[in-house]
Amino acid sequence: MPLASYQTSVPVVVDDAKCIADKGCTVCVDVCPLDVLRISDMSGKAYMAYDECWYCMPCEADCPTGAVTVNIPYLLR
Amino acid sequence: MALDQIVDGLSEVSCDVLVIGGGTAGPMAALKAKLKNPKANVVLLEKANVKRSGAISMGMDGLNNAVIPGYATPEQYTKEITIANDGIVDQKAVYKYAQNCYSIIEELDSFGIRFLKNENGDYAVKKVHHIGTYVLPMPNGETVKKALYRQLRRARILISNRYMATRLLKSADGRIAGAISVNTRTAEILVIKAKAVILCMGAAGRLGLPTSGYMFGTYENAANSGDGYSMAYHAGAALANLECYQINPLIKDYNGPACAYVAGPFGAFTANNEGSRFIECDYWSGQMMLEFYNELLSGKGPVFLQLKHLHPDTISEIESTLHKVERPTRGLFQQGRGVDYRSESIEMHISEIGFCSGHSASGVFVDDNARTTVPGLYAAGDMASVPHNYMLGAFTNGSVAGIDAMEFADNHDFAEFDAAEVAKERDRVMAPTKREDGIPPNQIEYKTRRLVNDYLQPPKVTRKYELGMRRLAEAREDMQERMIARNAHELLRALEVQSIMDCADMAVHASLYREESRWGLYHWRTDFPEKDNENWFCHTLLSKQDGKMTSEKRAVEPYVVPIADGEKDLYAKQRIRATA
Repeated sequence: MPLASYQTSVPVVVDDAKCIADKGCTVCVDVCPLDVLRISDMSGKAYMAYDECWYCMPCEADCPTGAVTVNIPYLLR
Repeated sequence: MALDQIVDGLSEVSCDVLVIGGGTAGPMAALKAKLKNPKANVVLLEKANVKRSGAISMGMDGLNNAVIPGYATPEQYTKEITIANDGIVDQKAVYKYAQNCYSIIEELDSFGIRFLKNENGDYAVKKVHHIGTYVLPMPNGETVKKALYRQLRRARILISNRYMATRLLKSADGRIAGAISVNTRTAEILVIKAKAVILCMGAAGRLGLPTSGYMFGTYENAANSGDGYSMAYHAGAALANLECYQINPLIKDYNGPACAYVAGPFGAFTANNEGSRFIECDYWSGQMMLEFYNELLSGKGPVFLQLKHLHPDTISEIESTLHKVERPTRGLFQQGRGVDYRSESIEMHISEIGFCSGHSASGVFVDDNARTTVPGLYAAGDMASVPHNYMLGAFTNGSVAGIDAMEFADNHDFAEFDAAEVAKERDRVMAPTKREDGIPPNQIEYKTRRLVNDYLQPPKVTRKYELGMRRLAEAREDMQERMIARNAHELLRALEVQSIMDCADMAVHASLYREESRWGLYHWRTDFPEKDNENWFCHTLLSKQDGKMTSEKRAVEPYVVPIADGEKDLYAKQRIRATA
């Protein structure tokens, strides 16, 4: 069966201006219990690659530059 | 992108004690094992990252079951849990916990985790349970994981993050030999030979589907997909009382605790739409959940946690805890809905089902030394059968498991396993990556968990369970024959679905086996509506025998702390009686 991609508004938002992943930081990617954050090959910044979020906060709490914001996933907002 | 690309690889390492799961019980088990024999190798394997994994990822607001001299006795606590769990308790393990937990509190205190004290310097314990006083707030509860991590580094525990264990290895004579795991970002296989293995893999918290429809909006950390239950089952270990589901009263849609254990001691209470109390006690028992369920359906629902009658300063104090630890996004959620606790009550709902002995009693069967029925295999925390053991139980029983497992490892050599088992497991793990075309794991997971809600959520109806079994078998066939994983991350989810499916099957089997109703809502069978002590005052043990799922009865061990006839029903009288 062919697959289609599915649009979803992701709860974790990264401020590219503050994110220092391009300098080698991987804190948010490291701490996420669901392993849903990745670093973009194109921008060098962290982003939410998979919409599988427990809205638990380590990524936001541990980010050294305050670049990460966790929002409540839309479906349960 | 390099991360998530599938790499073909297999390597093998060995250690004396392997601890699987780095949440709460796991770090303590690893630490105690290492301290018991500092020369031994202890590996702590974790699917996520030990720094922030498990149920206490963002800390915990307090201890829910602290047995502190001067406030409660081990005898009293053992009695309370026996009654709250409808009598089906091997008291020895609960009593041992109750005796040991105070020393664990002191140890946590020495790690830098603070507990609330009153002006005299005594622990400020609060009452939430029906009979005794066991709830101890943790003012810096958000630091728990950091404090634990420091201890692990200091003791030189070998931590392997981002490895998901998939199956246990055994020798021909049935002794534990190690585990097979897969890297969640590369799909490389790692075989770990071990003399003893401790399973600390948390609850089966991704079993039912949250009513929001968001698959990861669970009460438990959504990484807790029941992998430990599934692995123990396939290794031939017995699992106890799985029909005693975990169902919780939670903030509607947010699906996290409100939390009555925090707010209750300040005067908050659970109310119906008239603002009236309807339950005597906010402690999470099956009987309490049944009253909650009845109220929701009675026309007096929704159910609320009411704080608005409290002084604004008190509400601010409660807020500072609720919005800082355990689930800190509670504040953001309420803010988004414009709910201020000062003027509005918190709408509550009933959660989907799961397995978790931390709150109920469904777990891998263990004795008072945390030993499972497989020699050399241990279990602790939410996935082990010691009932109602919460975070402090995970720490305390993790400690018991770590010490006993190291003793076992000191007295045994590595058990030999059949290399063909590794090859077989590698094929099973990698199968979804070999298909060109098929169904992605998220769709199989959604369907499975939706079926769990439709057919398995109590009240349990035999006819519904029989239909549920058929539908789940169809989903299983899709999972086994057609599921695809296009990268290592998707493979992680594909493996988790297989744990979820196993847990769903076990939930059906265990529930159909016990032909009575017990534990309030947790095991309410409409075809057998009464409690039947004559035939069912026993544990049920589920296990894999000759490749088939089998259930049997096991007698409750004689009580260490006797329960008087007049006390047995204290938790059955939850509903507030109307007064003339």
